[in-house]
Amino acid sequence: MLTGWGRTAPTMAEVVSTPDVETIARVVREAGPRGLIARGLGRSYGDPSQNAGGTVIDMTALDRIHTIDVDNAVVDVDAGVSLDTLMRRLLPHGLWLPVLPGTRQVTVGGAIGADIHGKNHHSQGSFGSHVLSLDLLTADGEVRTLTPEGESAELFWATVGGMGMTGIIVRATIRLKRVETAYFVVDNIQTRNLDELLEHFTDGSDDDYVYSVAWFDSLARGDRMGRALLTRGNPATLNELPKKLRKNPLGFDAPQLMTAPPVFPNGLVNKYTITAFNEVWYRKAPTKYGSVQNITQFFHPLDLVGEWNRVYGSNGFLQYQFMVPFGQEQMFRRSIDKISASGHVSFLNVLKTFGPGNAAPMSFPDEGWTLTVDIPVTPGLDRLCRDLDEMVLEAGGRLYLAKESRTTPEMIERMYPRIDEWRETRAAVDPEGIFRSDLARRLNL
Amino acid sequence: MIDAVGNPQSLLLLGGTSDIALATAERYARQRPLRIVLAARPSERLEAAAERLRGTGSTVTTVPFDARDPDTHAETLDKAFGEGDIDISIVAFGVLGDQEKLWTDVAAAREMAEIDYVAPVTVGVLLAEHLRKQGHGHIVALSSVAGERVRRSNFAYGSAKAGMDGFYTGLTEALRPSGIKVTVVRPGHVKSKMTEGLKEAPLAQTPEQVADIIVNAVRKGRELVWAPAQFRYVMSVLRHLPRVVFRRLPF
Repeated sequence: MLTGWGRTAPTMAEVVSTPDVETIARVVREAGPRGLIARGLGRSYGDPSQNAGGTVIDMTALDRIHTIDVDNAVVDVDAGVSLDTLMRRLLPHGLWLPVLPGTRQVTVGGAIGADIHGKNHHSQGSFGSHVLSLDLLTADGEVRTLTPEGESAELFWATVGGMGMTGIIVRATIRLKRVETAYFVVDNIQTRNLDELLEHFTDGSDDDYVYSVAWFDSLARGDRMGRALLTRGNPATLNELPKKLRKNPLGFDAPQLMTAPPVFPNGLVNKYTITAFNEVWYRKAPTKYGSVQNITQFFHPLDLVGEWNRVYGSNGFLQYQFMVPFGQEQMFRRSIDKISASGHVSFLNVLKTFGPGNAAPMSFPDEGWTLTVDIPVTPGLDRLCRDLDEMVLEAGGRLYLAKESRTTPEMIERMYPRIDEWRETRAAVDPEGIFRSDLARRLNL
Repeated sequence: MIDAVGNPQSLLLLGGTSDIALATAERYARQRPLRIVLAARPSERLEAAAERLRGTGSTVTTVPFDARDPDTHAETLDKAFGEGDIDISIVAFGVLGDQEKLWTDVAAAREMAEIDYVAPVTVGVLLAEHLRKQGHGHIVALSSVAGERVRRSNFAYGSAKAGMDGFYTGLTEALRPSGIKVTVVRPGHVKSKMTEGLKEAPLAQTPEQVADIIVNAVRKGRELVWAPAQFRYVMSVLRHLPRVVFRRLPF
């Protein structure tokens, strides 16, 4: 039985795990009527890496780092390598992944398939924009090398953000960034309400930071609605580090302090616990400029606790992430108001701006605002999400397929205007539609 | 596929004119239009039911289904699943009949047993096979409190329900490793076409009330529910009454 990170809607599939590409190719050639899909570390919230009644290829077995080209800042890796492993291997060379999402527990294949973004999207774009080439195992059982330009560009960009529907990504080369240290110089700003927050995002000051993201309190109402912590930072140079860190500037030690036990009851994440949490979270980080933080502090505080999704109880939870173009600030405000007023309690509320999108027809990020909330599954949540869907659509925005777990095929069809172009590319390379997932069935992709 | 908040995209009603099944379909369709397959004997009533459900914006198709002819059940289910995955299958057909005739007339008793016991079993076997192949799905089986402890006034019907209840309760366990869920629903007296003209029993429900209980049970993944819920406790007491007391009860 497989589920996504949100632990909703489990289905049964046969799981194949092998480090041998030829074996995977044979499974592809002998695909049954329910098809197959690749699965990485299962961090998508909904059902893109499940395939009810069919086959799921566990890609984490395919985990070799082939070459790290330090001179050119390029890495050649198997698709099953996690960004966590990759980051640890690259750091000693002063190399840095161009895009890191909210968790490092994702594979390279998943990062490309969902065209993930991080809090540097406004300055660096999404993961797919840094891929120099990728090897795709297609429905005919052959491996093709694709590049973002040239003859194979169409299939390359259909694969970026294509949620595994064009084939199985088995290997990729990625262009990297260089860093002098494993630390970041961080500015924290506490804002009293949403207006103040949006002001900071739009006054041009964001351009001075590679990374920028805000956490906001979804339960604060009235003139404190949308009170937030804005965290922005840049990679620290060597002379920005305090003396004691300079001895080992590229050192990284990320302990996992604990694993959440599987005993949390439903309903633990509720209005009272989250109100208390929000208050503490908000107060612990007063406005402060120039603090030096390590990778875990700055990027992934949640990675300190393994299996943190268990805290939501057995009903699971869903994450709702959308983007809307700039100019839709009013809609943005109304959506936050709606979530705050709904009585549904969101724990992780993240807001940031996106820079321009890339050439991929199904890529999620595009110039504008993005908002993420995650909410335990309770009655009435469907209603709230459907109302939000309508607002997002009307504002010319869209939902993120890696987070999606409940919308309708019609919505996705209208939110992704280039979906038919993508379907044609896919049909040409996989005419029988053997690459299939529960997400694809549910949304008729 | 059933989504993260429990919305199904497709329903199969076996007993496509059953009041409870149709009320359940309407409940789902009100939340979000979906694909509904009605399996029943072709009739005007079936067409009317399909038309009524189409009013919700749902896509409705019909498949001929005769509970009395088990040899045709495989074909019925092949057709029903031929149009795509089925998220929720509701086993809702059955007859009540003239309870005195049912234990004095061989033909009547046999027909009832075929419809209320044999057919649910053959359908259950076929559903299990289809659902295991598709790797997901939920079966809702409409049993009855009449099967929980059979009583003099409707024991023939009650005995068939006791049998089908046992089959689906066991199927719940047999399908658990395959990830297929089964919910057995035990309603009391339901004011429907099946009970038309009968005296209303205590705790009587409308089909809509039972539908609410079904939708809720499926969403929560419950394996056994009563309608109304109080019946669980009523039946728990009745089940343990000594026969001398039980037979003197006024129903």
